[in-house]
Amino acid sequence: MITVEELKKIRENTLKKMDLKLHKLQEEILDKEGALNKKLILICGGPGCHSSNVEEMKARFEKRILEKGLIHVEVSIAGCFGLCESGPNIEVYPEGIFYSRVKMDDIDEIVDKHLCENVVVERLLNEGAIESGKIKHVSQVNFYNKQKKIALRNCGIIDYNDIKEYIALDGYQALAKAITEMTQEEVINMVKDSNLRGRGGAGFPTGRKWETAFKYDADQKYVICNADEGDPGAFMDRSILEGDPHSVLEGMALCGYAIGAEQGYIYIRAEYPVAVERLKIAIKQAKEMGLLGRNILGTDFSFDIELRLGAGAFVCGEGTALMESIEGRRGMPRPKVERTAHKGLWGKPTIINNVETFANVPPILLKGADWFRSIGTEDSSGTKVFALGGKVKNTGLVEVPMGTTLREIIFDIGGGIEKDRKFKAVQTGGPSGGCIPEEYLDTPVDFGSLSKIGSIMGSGGMIVLDESDCMVDIARFFLDFTVDESCGKCVPCREGTKRMLEILERITAGEGRAEDLDRLESLAEIITSGSLCGLGQTAANPVISTLKYFRDEYEAHIYDKRCPAGACQALLEFYITDKCIGCTKCARSCPVSAIRGKVKERHVIDTEKCIKCGACMEVCPVGAVIKR
Amino acid sequence: MREVNVVIDGKRVTVPEGYFIIQAAREVGIDIPALCYDPNLEVVGACRLCLVEIEGSRKLQTACSTKVRDGMVIHTESDRVVSSRKEILQLLLDNHPNDCLTCQKAGECLLQEYAYRYDVKFREHYGARRPSYVDTTSPYILKDDSKCILCGKCVRTCSQVQDRRVLSFGGRGFDTRIVIDADFNFDKSSCVSCNRCVTVCPVGALVDKRLLNKGRSWEYHKREVKCKVCEYGCSFEILSKDGRNVAVRAKEANGGRPLCLKGRLTTEFLYVDDPDKPYIKGEEGFIEATWKDALGLKDLLDKLLAHEEEEMGVEYNG
Repeated sequence: MITVEELKKIRENTLKKMDLKLHKLQEEILDKEGALNKKLILICGGPGCHSSNVEEMKARFEKRILEKGLIHVEVSIAGCFGLCESGPNIEVYPEGIFYSRVKMDDIDEIVDKHLCENVVVERLLNEGAIESGKIKHVSQVNFYNKQKKIALRNCGIIDYNDIKEYIALDGYQALAKAITEMTQEEVINMVKDSNLRGRGGAGFPTGRKWETAFKYDADQKYVICNADEGDPGAFMDRSILEGDPHSVLEGMALCGYAIGAEQGYIYIRAEYPVAVERLKIAIKQAKEMGLLGRNILGTDFSFDIELRLGAGAFVCGEGTALMESIEGRRGMPRPKVERTAHKGLWGKPTIINNVETFANVPPILLKGADWFRSIGTEDSSGTKVFALGGKVKNTGLVEVPMGTTLREIIFDIGGGIEKDRKFKAVQTGGPSGGCIPEEYLDTPVDFGSLSKIGSIMGSGGMIVLDESDCMVDIARFFLDFTVDESCGKCVPCREGTKRMLEILERITAGEGRAEDLDRLESLAEIITSGSLCGLGQTAANPVISTLKYFRDEYEAHIYDKRCPAGACQALLEFYITDKCIGCTKCARSCPVSAIRGKVKERHVIDTEKCIKCGACMEVCPVGAVIKR
Repeated sequence: MREVNVVIDGKRVTVPEGYFIIQAAREVGIDIPALCYDPNLEVVGACRLCLVEIEGSRKLQTACSTKVRDGMVIHTESDRVVSSRKEILQLLLDNHPNDCLTCQKAGECLLQEYAYRYDVKFREHYGARRPSYVDTTSPYILKDDSKCILCGKCVRTCSQVQDRRVLSFGGRGFDTRIVIDADFNFDKSSCVSCNRCVTVCPVGALVDKRLLNKGRSWEYHKREVKCKVCEYGCSFEILSKDGRNVAVRAKEANGGRPLCLKGRLTTEFLYVDDPDKPYIKGEEGFIEATWKDALGLKDLLDKLLAHEEEEMGVEYNG
């Protein structure tokens, strides 16, 4: 077991070895001459890049470096850099050069040119890292320079499998400070004063929750980290767990100290095997060092953490269903007769917070509530991590101060819409959220503002939609997800969402009827007001918000049997215009022989036979095939 | 115990702290409809029919899982509440066979009662329905999945007896079903035919198969008796029609009383005028048996008779 003094010593010693990594936090390209000898290749090991075999890339770097006889070059894999769109991403320090879409075969070139000759390989530079011939430091790239990282502070810098690197960047200092210098009330008050609100979606004030559990007398209390992230396209929590697992462990231990719990559980979905593995390593290291377990840092405080794996049910992200699951029962929500903070897991006071919430706690304890409150808005302080996806140029993980507008996130950080199409809407909050149209793009992103316009912050999914996306179809997509994931316990959610989906399927298939919109509205009402848990209560949001902002699209489907976005297959037909040069390519590619025509004459599609596969459109060399 | 004062539909009532709204309402004769609530079982809040309006609360709350607080003003039949109930009942009827004419449960079915009370009707629609799987393998219990409303009472009552826990939920969402063991039929399952589940089923999804075609619920004269097989003394009902005892059925297993097949058969044999043949469960499912075997009395009776013969010189020619 180590003492507070030894913790400080580890910090200082490790920090010395990490000097190159700290250049990531600087903002200027260093003098190339001075930085020739000692270098660091940092490879992104985030969820996206990791799937491109970064371990092998690292080995290839090391091999070439050895062949070239370079001695002062270190190669390291870190957590997610965020810009998943352009992965695999690699950064070179101390210069801060940002390479993207690096393939295995590019590695030798980087070593030979950049490391040996000190010449930047311009063709591999990230598009954002070069502007009118001037190479930018990675932190000056547009994607990064509006971001502010608190929850992701260590992601992409430290080696996630080395507790010492976490300690070097102030890790476990907050815990040491709390348990040696602060009372439980002081910790709770600091979290309360910071106005930190739950990052899992609902935004309940974290400090108030902790206080409720603290004040309730019981022989045993529990801390649960909700890592059952399941929104389609969301990977905020996964990236934190994979890139900086100790920040979550430390946040949980702080919560344990504050409320008086000795046991914590991380409920994580089994579909996150990498995160599970890294958490196991992190817990083991923390225990070996005496930062978890009995008598932490020689004090009276003991706190242990175990993992509980979820079996893939989305509903288990709901607090009460999650506890049922940990207790070994079927993961179905239970009515909240008592507050979870009074009677939760096994009937004991329990705090359930989301991964990102816990990751925010250590910096608050170290830098103070005022610092945290100075970031973000009055309503919501701090930052929020979003998984930016859909039809946006820079898909990836972003962390921005609360109050940043949707426009800034989508157009400045996200780089605007793919293929420069027209923006249509942004969907926030996953299946529980809503679609926000263009007129609200300047809405600041915080808990209050988003709910005012019919969406929610949610856990951080943000899907950008363009003019080619059909809003009825988007609503159908999310309802399909909810219907699949409904646990089947309560009537409004089990029966109601299914009926809603059936109506949406009918509308998108061109069989919508006049009464469908009224029926959707009355179903939305009962599902929202009558369902047992949050999943059901918010399940209708994608429909409610699209009906509110895009009612004309619903009406076009129902009355005109037309899909304005041209996305609903059943409502469109393929047609060959007079641009046709009679090359016969379309006729030859048609799998059902629905296209007739002579060579060098205009071809015709038999719409009766056509199965709308789009093969003709793809092969036409002159763009004569259109959807209408 | 501390008491609290609440006002329900204008009626003032004083009840012990810790009471749920639904309990308090019953004290003043207000029947809040509920399909999944049972005072003997764990509260689950699944059917959502008992939603009520509480002054000062934006959302409707379920009366089965919300505890009374001093000064609470509750409306159990406001316009908003009634329209929610209608929607919920409509959702249930949309997924329920229109079979009330011949359903054994008619007259005692809670869904039927509430649909009538709130004037909700069956209607045509093109949507999906629950698959109509009927388990006919048991001579004691008929399980019709198409009529199930998934209130889960059967699962809860079954799991109250440690070594039973035969029924559970299977699948999820719209495809959720009540399954027996690892989705077996009754004949190959560990079910002991105690009929606890039948006694709590609010609809015709689990019915006592020995009652089929014996009569309609409103025709019976009912008389309660206590079973004499063991010291629990579970309650049974003797159902008689036109002066004849036609059947026996178990009453709800409250107060820790377990219910069992032996008790049921014994009561049936004792009271019913012309009881159906009994069945016992073997390796290959249910087989017809003699009453002596079914009641487990063979050894006892044989010895008793031999004993009587020896002592009293009575010749047994049975």
